[in-house]
Amino acid sequence: MADKVLMKGNEAIAEAAIIAGCRHYFGYPITPQTEVAAYMAKKMPKIGGCFLQAESEIAAINMVYGVSSTGKRVMTSSSSPGISLKSEGLSYLAGADLPALIVNVQRGGPGLGGIQPSQSDYFQATRGGGHGDYHMIVLAPASVQEMAELTVKGFELADTYRMTSMILADGTMGQMMEPVSLDFDIKPVPEKPWATTGTKMEREHNIVNSLYLSPEKLEETNFERYEKYKYIEENEAMYEEYMVEDADIVVAAFGIAARVSKNAVNEARARGIKVGLIRPITLWPFPVAPFKKAAEHAKKFISVELSMGQMIEDVKLATDCKVPVTLCNRVGGMIPSPEQVLEAIVEADGGVK
Amino acid sequence: MTVLCGHYGSGKTNVAVNMAFDLKKQYDNVAVADLDIVNPYFRTKDSIEDFNERNIRLICSEYANSNLDIPALPQDMYAVTDDKSLKVILDIGGDDRGALALGRLAPKIIEENDYEMLMVINKFRPLTPDADSTVEVMREVEFAGGIRFTGLINNSNLGEETTAQDVLDSLAYANAVAEKSGLPVVMTSVKADLFKELEGRVDNLFPMVLQAKPIV
Repeated sequence: MADKVLMKGNEAIAEAAIIAGCRHYFGYPITPQTEVAAYMAKKMPKIGGCFLQAESEIAAINMVYGVSSTGKRVMTSSSSPGISLKSEGLSYLAGADLPALIVNVQRGGPGLGGIQPSQSDYFQATRGGGHGDYHMIVLAPASVQEMAELTVKGFELADTYRMTSMILADGTMGQMMEPVSLDFDIKPVPEKPWATTGTKMEREHNIVNSLYLSPEKLEETNFERYEKYKYIEENEAMYEEYMVEDADIVVAAFGIAARVSKNAVNEARARGIKVGLIRPITLWPFPVAPFKKAAEHAKKFISVELSMGQMIEDVKLATDCKVPVTLCNRVGGMIPSPEQVLEAIVEADGGVK
Repeated sequence: MTVLCGHYGSGKTNVAVNMAFDLKKQYDNVAVADLDIVNPYFRTKDSIEDFNERNIRLICSEYANSNLDIPALPQDMYAVTDDKSLKVILDIGGDDRGALALGRLAPKIIEENDYEMLMVINKFRPLTPDADSTVEVMREVEFAGGIRFTGLINNSNLGEETTAQDVLDSLAYANAVAEKSGLPVVMTSVKADLFKELEGRVDNLFPMVLQAKPIV
């Protein structure tokens, strides 16, 4: 226990990023992710890194583009409205095949919404957010420990596949405090022969760009990028299964909703209801396999979300709509209670127990 | 008057609320004044029902815990110094920026000269793991608030997972902060279920009921 520290989720992201070798952070403050920036502001100058509070979210994401082009690990963080502003830059990063870590600690929306937790940026994160055909790797932590671990993982995946990773957390994950162990095994950063590091007159110069003058070349680049996405879908999906093997009812939930749901699953099991939980850890790629498998024996699925029902579409797609999927949700900054989820489970089981 | 300061995550608000409960056992007119202008969450207002039940006055911005995320002070904040019948626990927000709010009241507090100002410290927080970093934060708070600390509260904890051994492990840290700052550790606060195990082994032990409950 002595090697643990007590951290907010936001701080855990910042410290893990530093441990992963990130020395460049660009951001603009917004609740409930401000502690990421505040932590970076305190720490970066002490370790020879760069913390810069940009004049806007749009400026910050373009600074990320610049640093990423040089091959350095770089990140930015924001919350829902700020991510909307950054979406143009996210598309440019995708178009230039640049790795970066983007953090979205979601708040209630749409619009300015509120400062309480939400998961309603699921579509925005998993469908791209910005314009054009592209994906980001989307990671959904469910504890402060995972906020740290998935930050490290996010950098590694981003560098491996030359694309952006997004930590899609909710305000609860950013604000809650839990003991964390920061003992990570950091893999060496892959070679980046494409980076603009100066030719030293020894090679052709590298160009980082998302403009293609030839539509044929742009089409070919898109096809190639989707080959890569296909490989990622087949190899990088992460999830946690909990008592799914014999389940008649399967709850799907990520982040804070998964923690609430696990409590409800335990309570329902105590009442003799055969229920399990699948917790996607990557939201893109969505872990299709465990859902397909569960659909062979489960009679009902329940998607528990802090949104009006966004992940539910991926649950339906993953199960080929073979089994009915219902929604159990709260929105606008509210969180479903274990009792509410239990009620949904009991109802799916056919009534009062 | 007791002025409590501490970096967010030190557990300062928990300490403030529990000290108010304790103070109410001895005095009629007890108030908790929340002058936090930094954090929109985890405010003393979370304990409003407990305060009402005990007839403890809460002086707090009406926007605390709401969706309006602005640095607002309570409209009745001057009661803190003007109402002489009040025994006040003052909860000052976060860091040096939070302590700016204290600066408005500091001249009057110093003039009346009937106060203690305590720094709540937690060894297990990443930005204050040792005496040097902790005392640095204390100096920043003093500079921004225009008033000096008189003592320390060792509230070293890992949340609900804190063990008695964690508390014992923190004593050397608290003593180092005391030595470096020249201020006494006036108490060591622990969650109530650790009290029995630590009683007699730690001086001035203060049991607390934790206010911020884990969601799940």
